[in-house]
Amino acid sequence: MAVERAAGLAAKDVVGIATLSPGEIQLILDTAEELLEVAKRPIKKVPALRGMTVVNLFMEPSTRTRFSFEVAEKRLSADTLNFSASTSSVTKGETLFDTARNLMAMAPDFIVIRHPNSGAPHRLAGVVPASIINAGDGINEHPTQALLDAFTMRQHLGRLEGLKVVIAGDIRHSRVARSNAFLLTKMGAEVRFVAPASLLPVDVETLGVSAFRRIEPALEGADVVMMLRIQLERQKKVNFPSMREYYDFFALTEERLALASPNAKVMHPGPMNRGVEIDSLVADGRQSVILEQVTNGVAIRMAILYLLAGGRSDSASDS
Amino acid sequence: MAHDQKRPASVLQIMDAKAVQRTVVRMAAQIVERDSDGVMLVGIHTRGVPLADRIAAELASTTGTPPVVGRLDITLYRDDIGPWRPAHTQPVLRKTVLPVSIDGKVIYLVDDVLYTGRTVRAALDTLIDYGRPRAIRLAVLVDRGHRELPVAADVVGKVVVTTRREDVQVRLRPADDEDGVWLGREAPDGS
Repeated sequence: MAVERAAGLAAKDVVGIATLSPGEIQLILDTAEELLEVAKRPIKKVPALRGMTVVNLFMEPSTRTRFSFEVAEKRLSADTLNFSASTSSVTKGETLFDTARNLMAMAPDFIVIRHPNSGAPHRLAGVVPASIINAGDGINEHPTQALLDAFTMRQHLGRLEGLKVVIAGDIRHSRVARSNAFLLTKMGAEVRFVAPASLLPVDVETLGVSAFRRIEPALEGADVVMMLRIQLERQKKVNFPSMREYYDFFALTEERLALASPNAKVMHPGPMNRGVEIDSLVADGRQSVILEQVTNGVAIRMAILYLLAGGRSDSASDS
Repeated sequence: MAHDQKRPASVLQIMDAKAVQRTVVRMAAQIVERDSDGVMLVGIHTRGVPLADRIAAELASTTGTPPVVGRLDITLYRDDIGPWRPAHTQPVLRKTVLPVSIDGKVIYLVDDVLYTGRTVRAALDTLIDYGRPRAIRLAVLVDRGHRELPVAADVVGKVVVTTRREDVQVRLRPADDEDGVWLGREAPDGS
């Protein structure tokens, strides 16, 4: 399966991996590869998005994704405005659409949105002229995370096609797992979900992935092992007996990692619970690429901003 | 700035392979005459890159020491990216490679065709974000006129009188399979 790179992004928004073609994914990854270099320059800033405004609308707590977007925006010389749920009128009962309409009065070119409700970015994309970038919506998608994960895999393993990727942890609550499943299956990789039955989604087969209830058989021959955070805050309704037991059965330890391919890479979208889903020796070990994921995240977000800045269907006129 | 490098059917060849090679040799000689040391060549993507390599090879054979050669992608500094482009198209990004620090060097920016001067403006801005060269000079294979900015080349291979409706196409080994410069009429406006 040779993926032909698209000439541009077809839509004005990036709301999910589900709506991107393999060619568009290829274009984003290739563009990010060139943009990675900007971080190594003495002046880590290029004027590509000069005069454009980005609103970062974060209705859910986020540190690394918000920072990553903000760094990407600043490196491209865009002006940024940050709205977070705790400090905005949302806490006073304003609806998403009223918030968005008010923001549009300030004429932003992009809105980066994280929202607890699945589908919020998609709805917003239909009502505002700005380009919407999904920074995580409910339990639906987190496209920029999946793109940076794929970028990191390609960087270390040279390809996506044919890779065996294990994704283990709280799959049911994970938009990262869903976006990764969409992306990796589109690009010809094999995806294996691992979770206790209580943490597997009901529609797992429709995603085109295989599901395992024990981690050992899934790890066999794996090229990538991606551990997801056990979302401690969502575990009040008990899905497994204890953290200790979860560690005993599902955590990525050195012994378990030895079952994977000798060159397998260890990934984690963060934040990690050391000693719950991942052992410290593995998280900081030779095969870990966790910190590179963070660096690559900035390049991926720059690539999306750069590509979306290229013309709008409503203002298409060449100079 | 981007050239369609496919040769149109009805064109006038203004330089053949021999003329190109002769010109490259002369350009290298002019560079040596003007700046004896600390010279670094930086080719502007796309055709500036093979041209810089070719000039560097000549410099290496005349002076005995190959100059440092870099390549520059000016896309992120262009004045025509952003919402005024046709819908959903952005120029493809390419690698910028500056193997050593440009501080204190005499940089020769190398490009195939000098036209509006906008590429050179973007290249100057790009380069200056990487450091503070002693001097930046400009070497082009063809100067076709029609400047839109106050830009002039220091080393010019050939001056070609053109109209804006014409299109200058440069093909250079090893990026292309032949050497030569052609003038095409009624071609889409490049820059």
